[in-house]
Amino acid sequence: MSTVTVQLFASYAELLGAPTVELPITPGTTVQDLLIRLRSLPGASSLPVTPRVAVNRSFANPDQLVAPSDEVALIPPVAGG
Amino acid sequence: MKRASIISREIDPASLLNEVSSPQYGAISLFVGTVRDVNEGRGVSAIEYSAYQSMATAELERILDEADARFGVSALVVEHRIGLLGLGDISVAIAAAHPHRAPALDCTRYVIEEIKKRVPIWKKEHYADGTREWVDPTRAAEASTA
Repeated sequence: MSTVTVQLFASYAELLGAPTVELPITPGTTVQDLLIRLRSLPGASSLPVTPRVAVNRSFANPDQLVAPSDEVALIPPVAGG
Repeated sequence: MKRASIISREIDPASLLNEVSSPQYGAISLFVGTVRDVNEGRGVSAIEYSAYQSMATAELERILDEADARFGVSALVVEHRIGLLGLGDISVAIAAAHPHRAPALDCTRYVIEEIKKRVPIWKKEHYADGTREWVDPTRAAEASTA
């Protein structure tokens, strides 16, 4: 089965206890599907219902398709400046 | 000339001014953000900044392109620092040059407001009482409207 690497940062990395997680994907997997799979991981129940997700360094919509080679990241509330 | 960088060394605002300066410009606007000693009533001793560096740089570049399209400011530089910063340290600097003052001023305002909305940078505040916490502006916004 194919997997995709999801990068975690800041508070989300602390919640899940890792800087990255591997999630299974199949053709047709969307950002929303990944979030559902992510939620079953230890610590993930504390994540917001709809965290922001980036695919290939741009913010992504829930219905966006994800491929194994994509760079996927969960983006906690930003606080730059 | 536009440039966006996420850096771990000290920010030198004068070098940003030099970078955008040119005899064709009559106005340079410089915004400098620094680490403040209090947040929401709690004493802050330091702030730890981290970033999703490749996306933060890409998002900063998109913001600079938008600012150029809106205000016609093409001499525009932004640096954001990451790592552990002490009180008064510069966390972000934006320099915008234009023949006239209004576009230069509007441009720096636009860039800092967009950074706060969507550039993947995070800060963990270290408080004077020894505790540490991730800053979540969405939670602060909810609390202030409650």
